[in-house]
Amino acid sequence: MLNCKTITKLLSVAQDRKLNLAEKIRLKLHTTMCSACRAFDKQLQELQGFSNNFINEKHTPKD
Amino acid sequence: MPLHPTITESIQHPDWTQDQVFTNELRQQMIKFATLQLSDQHLAEDAVQDALVGALKNQQTFTRQAALKTWVFAILKHKIVDLLRSRSRLVSSSSLQINDDEDHLIEVWDQPFNSRGHWHLSEQPTPWQQPADSLAMDQFWLTFETCLNALPAQYSKAYMMREFVGLTTQEICLQTNTSENRLNVLLYRARMKLRNCLQENWFDKGA
Repeated sequence: MLNCKTITKLLSVAQDRKLNLAEKIRLKLHTTMCSACRAFDKQLQELQGFSNNFINEKHTPKD
Repeated sequence: MPLHPTITESIQHPDWTQDQVFTNELRQQMIKFATLQLSDQHLAEDAVQDALVGALKNQQTFTRQAALKTWVFAILKHKIVDLLRSRSRLVSSSSLQINDDEDHLIEVWDQPFNSRGHWHLSEQPTPWQQPADSLAMDQFWLTFETCLNALPAQYSKAYMMREFVGLTTQEICLQTNTSENRLNVLLYRARMKLRNCLQENWFDKGA
């Protein structure tokens, strides 16, 4: 089974392209058992969300 | 007494071009953003000028500065994407190269893991709790910006091309003459650094 460090790299790649079936299976096998990597995955998605909202949100004056 | 029509008008549709502080700040943010993406100050200033002229022509439709700002940045992003896609001149191929010495350093992306590649107990990620009120969110965006500015230039450039301008990894590789593996490394490191910075400066503080 892949270790956490390798999984975090794979999770980063998953933000940029669709993973192939083998990658998905390896990811799933790991994250099912590893709550830290599950939390990391969620954080990467949140990070992407922050980045998408950043330009619209930063320093915007209040109504 | 009813307000004079032009006064009512100016309250409903204030002229943001008269707000020097706002327009100057907006312009500076746009130039900073565009320069980072285009690696060319003059090209960046031209793109910002075009975007601003186009947006300010329609500025009366915007009753809030925030809406105007969203709009001009959307125009600017389109201009940047067009420029990046169309220009024949490639960004200097060295612009996304990593200094090889850096690869040997134990850095943020290695620290959380032990020698077998598993999370150190104290470094294991736990879910982030985000505050709901907007004042705290303003502070959050400032922290986010600080973390973004703290990234090494080539990480920041790769990350912004991907997440802010919205180019695909293939497009970035082509534009910057970078291999996909290299780009994956850059994006991974940018994300690890950003994540770590937010963890330490925001989420750990329970703000």
